[in-house]
Amino acid sequence: MANSIEATLPPTSHQAHRDDVGARMGMWLFLFTEVLLFGGMFLIYAVYRYKYPDQFHLAGMELNTGIGTLNTIILLTSSLTMALSIAAIQKKNKALSIIMLCSTLLFAILFMVNKFFEWSAKISHGIYPGSKELLEKHNGEILFFGLYYVMTGLHAFHIIIGVIILTFMLVFLIRNKITSDNYIKLENSGLYWHIVDLIWIFLFPLFYLIQ
Amino acid sequence: MEHNNTSTEKHGSSYTTLVLVWVGLLALTSITVTVAGISLGQYTLFVALLIAAIKSGFVINIFMHIKFEEPIFKVFIAVSGITLFIIFLLTFFDYIYR
Repeated sequence: MANSIEATLPPTSHQAHRDDVGARMGMWLFLFTEVLLFGGMFLIYAVYRYKYPDQFHLAGMELNTGIGTLNTIILLTSSLTMALSIAAIQKKNKALSIIMLCSTLLFAILFMVNKFFEWSAKISHGIYPGSKELLEKHNGEILFFGLYYVMTGLHAFHIIIGVIILTFMLVFLIRNKITSDNYIKLENSGLYWHIVDLIWIFLFPLFYLIQ
Repeated sequence: MEHNNTSTEKHGSSYTTLVLVWVGLLALTSITVTVAGISLGQYTLFVALLIAAIKSGFVINIFMHIKFEEPIFKVFIAVSGITLFIIFLLTFFDYIYR
């Protein structure tokens, strides 16, 4: 690795025509489309919870609050390490930035492992969309589990995309494509990662904390 | 006009601030889990959503550094939040008084 040599080279072409505020603004506009995507689903959830409060309560009791809480802690911590990774590169500490980005990736994978065990347990109990056991239940419960699979599934899909994006960022960071004076890529990836965390902050009480 | 094209250099959060926010988020998580165990009747959902909103405020302001961003970003967020609120409001008006 010729990091130290590359790092001391004078900044060249990438210095020209840069608008980091514009880049962040573009990212935020994309994030709003994400908010509307999930917002529509939260709306469906709200209407059906209003219509079938008792059955949502009953179905919600079947979810594992422990694993949900654990995943909440994991995601919040991954958000911290993501923010620390950006703060570190701002403070010209590349090594710490790499360590924090790797931690974020590790937590993301840990989240998916938990999700895998959670879903496997549900599916082995015969609760999955269209299953015999589920279709014998009341409408409200079928809707609850349908929304549970779609919303946490779409969220998990976002985590997978996030892992891919953050892996690219790690490579950029190692190869000095992301530096202490040009880290907008890392910042925007961070914004994406935080919105995924933000969506989970609402999914968690609505699905796992119906006692 | 002087253009500052570098990223949020002057308003990056310190490590300590970020860690403190994380501690706050974990504390709020433990509160929301504990409160869910207590029966508050119709207020349960309200309390859960209130705590989620406070947590979002922390994440948006500090982790997503909106607190240090130009005002237009805050306008963006307000507009998207209000849009979502109106969609919810109109849907429930339609649904409840149908």
